[in-house]
Amino acid sequence: MKLKGAQIFFECLKKEGVDVVFGFPGGAVIDIYHELPKYDIRHILVRHEQGAAHMADGYARATGKVGVCLVTSGPGATNTVTGIATAYMDSVPMVIFTGQVPTALIGNDAFQEVDIVGISRPCTKHNYLVKDVNDLATVIKEAFFLARTGRPGPVLVDLPKDVVAAQTEFRYPKKVELKGYRPTLDAHVGQIKRAHQLIKKSKRPVIYAGGGVIISGASKELTRFAELIQAPVTTTLMGLGSFPAVLEDPTGKKEPNPGWLGMLGMHGTFRANMAISNADLLIAVGARFDDRVTGKISGFAPKAKIIHVDVDPTSISKNVMVDIPIVGDCKNALQKLIQVCEKEPLEDVDQYRSSWFEQIREWRETYPLAYNHEGDIIKPQYVVEKLYELCNGNAIITTEVGQNQMWAAQYFHFNEPRTLLTSGGLGTMGYGLPAAIGAQVAFPDRLVIDIAGDGSIQMNIQELITAVCNCLPVKVAILNNKYLGMVRQWQELFYEKNYCATCLDAAPDFVKLAEAYGAVGLRATKPEEVEPVIQEAFSIKKPVLMEFLVAEEEGVYPMVPAGKNISEMLLV
Amino acid sequence: MEKYSNGQKHTIGVLVENRPGVLSRVAGLFSGRGFNIECLTVAETTEPGLSRMTLVTSGDEQVLEQIVKQLNKLINIIKVIDFRETEFVNREMALIKVRADQQTRAEILRIVDIFRAKVVDVSPHFYTIEVTGDDGKIAAILELLGQLGITEVARTGKVAMARAKKH
Repeated sequence: MKLKGAQIFFECLKKEGVDVVFGFPGGAVIDIYHELPKYDIRHILVRHEQGAAHMADGYARATGKVGVCLVTSGPGATNTVTGIATAYMDSVPMVIFTGQVPTALIGNDAFQEVDIVGISRPCTKHNYLVKDVNDLATVIKEAFFLARTGRPGPVLVDLPKDVVAAQTEFRYPKKVELKGYRPTLDAHVGQIKRAHQLIKKSKRPVIYAGGGVIISGASKELTRFAELIQAPVTTTLMGLGSFPAVLEDPTGKKEPNPGWLGMLGMHGTFRANMAISNADLLIAVGARFDDRVTGKISGFAPKAKIIHVDVDPTSISKNVMVDIPIVGDCKNALQKLIQVCEKEPLEDVDQYRSSWFEQIREWRETYPLAYNHEGDIIKPQYVVEKLYELCNGNAIITTEVGQNQMWAAQYFHFNEPRTLLTSGGLGTMGYGLPAAIGAQVAFPDRLVIDIAGDGSIQMNIQELITAVCNCLPVKVAILNNKYLGMVRQWQELFYEKNYCATCLDAAPDFVKLAEAYGAVGLRATKPEEVEPVIQEAFSIKKPVLMEFLVAEEEGVYPMVPAGKNISEMLLV
Repeated sequence: MEKYSNGQKHTIGVLVENRPGVLSRVAGLFSGRGFNIECLTVAETTEPGLSRMTLVTSGDEQVLEQIVKQLNKLINIIKVIDFRETEFVNREMALIKVRADQQTRAEILRIVDIFRAKVVDVSPHFYTIEVTGDDGKIAAILELLGQLGITEVARTGKVAMARAKKH
C-alpha cells in the first residue's frame, strides 16, 4: 500500500520507538501535522522552536533515548540552531526534522526558505536534505542510527513540502549501511594492558571522568574501577553523577565519598585541582580536556602520564598529548580494565595509596567548598544546599548558564547519572527551563528542578506556558542577584569593576509573571524564608517559579582565572 | 616520489561518497577548525558513487593528526589516505599561456622539449603549453617561461597515489 511521505514519517518514528515529539507547526510542515492525530505519538507544542530543541535535548539526556523535534522551514529551522549546537557540543542524541520549501523552489529565495542543511552543517553530527520520497525511510533510519551510536549527536533531516506530500510504498530498511561510519567501540586489548602497567606503577593516580561515562552507561563500571585501583575520581561538569558524591550507610546516614574529589577545572574544588596538579597518572575517561577544565595546558597534570579513553578519536591528543590512547566505548574499555585489574590485582594497594588519600583528605579539610553567611542576606549557595537537603538529593536538576550553573554543580551532590542536565560545552543561557520540561515529560512523577539565574531564565521564559498547559510540574529556582552574575564577576576581578551592561535591576516581577502564565510564584527575601518556600514549592503539583533574592555581588569560588594553571585558584 | 617527515606541506587523499554537499563538508571542516587548505582536487573514481579528493595542507604533527581524524569522522568519507605513512607519487598539470614572438619561439620550444611538455594551442602571438609534473617541475618551468612573458596560468592542483608494494 502506498503512503504519503508524512505518513511514512510517523511510521518511521513508531519503528524507532519515538513516543514524544517537541514541535511547532508552520506552512512547510502542515502536511506532517495533518497526519499527526492519527498516530499514537505525543506532541508537545512549544512556544519557540529553541524551546523544542532544548526539550528534546533534556528528554534525551534524562532518558538516554533519542530526542525528536519537528519545526517548519525558514525561521522555524533557524530558531533551533542554538539548541542543535548545544546538543552537538554535549554529544546529545537528537533528530531534528525541519520543513523545507518544495524542491522546485529550493534556491529561489522562496518564502520561509533557508539553507538549514548548510547552516547546521558545522553543528550537527550529520544532516540530510531529502529530495525524493523514496529515500525518506532510509534517511530517517540512518538519522536515528547516527544520532544514538558512536559519539552521539544531533542529526538534522530537512523535509521539502512536496516530498512529504508525495506517495510511495513504505518499506522500513532492516539495517543501516553507511560505508563511511564505523565507530570503534571495542577498546584495544594491547592498549588496555599498557594502561594496566602504568596503573600498577602509579603512586598518585587520578581518574578524570566526563560526560562520556554517563552517555555510555558506565557509571557502575567507573565506580568499580576506582575502587579496584584505589584512585580518587574527579569529573567534569558533564560527568557529575557518574560517580557517587555521597555514600549512604544502611541506616540512611550520609557522608561524603572519600574517593570523590568533586568537579575539577575553572570552578573546581581545591582538592580536585590540586590532585590533578600533583598526580603521577591521569586516567581520562569520556572527557575531552576542554579549556574550562585544563586552564593553561602546560600546567595541566604536569607530572602525570595520561591514559585517555574516548569513543571519538578526534578528542584524543587534541589539546593535551596523551601517553596511552584507548579508542572505544567507555563502558567497554572500563570493563576490560576491570578485568585485567581483577586478574592481576595491585599489591598492597591500600598501603600503596594511603599517603595519597591522606594528602587529598588534607586538601579537602584545608579548603573545602565554602561561603560566608551574611546576616539577613540569602546566599545563593545556601539555596542550592537547601534544595539538595529538602529533596534528599532525589531530583533531576537542570541549570541555566553562569553562576547558577556553577553553584548547582558545587553544592548539589549528584549520586546518579542523568540527574544533572546542563549545557556544558556551548554554555547556552535559556537551556534550563525547556530542558526541565523535556525531562519532566520523560519522568512525570519525578521532581525536576531548574536552578536558574534572573538573566538566563528570561531567555526562554515563554516555555512556562508549555509546562502549565501540559501539566508538567517543573520547579524553577531563580537565584536573583539582579546581575548577569558571571560576567559581573569577571568584570569585578579582571575588568576594573566596569559593570558595563550586566546590571539587570529592571526585571519583571517573577511572582506575578508566574501567575500570569498560570503557574505558582513564590518569593524568599530572607534566609529563614528559603526553606518554607522550597517546601511549599515541592508540595505543589504544578509548575512553580521560586524567586530567591540573593546576595548581589556573590562570586563563584574557587576560580582559576582564564589562562592560568589550575593549581592557581582564587579561593573565597 | 616523496616521503614526508616533518615538512611543511602534507598531501592527503580522501575517498568520499559522491553525494551533494560532500565538498562543502570537507571545505567547511577546514575553515571551521582553522586548518589550512592549499589545494584541493576532486574527481570521480572507477567505482560508481565514489569520488577521490586530494588535499594539500600544512601544519605540525598534531594539526595533521587532527585533520586526518576529523576527516575520518565525516560520515560521507569512506577512507582517508595519509601520505605521511607511505611513499607516493604526485602529479599536477598546468596550462601556461606564454607570449611567443619571433625571438622567443625557439627558446620556448626548447624549454617545452626539455620538460616534456606540449604546445596545445598556437596563435600569432601566444603559445599555450601543457605540462605535467610534481611541484618542483611545475615551479621550474614557470620560472623559465616567466622570463619570457607568461600571461595566464591554470593549474589542476595535485593528485597523489601511494606507490604499489614492491613485493
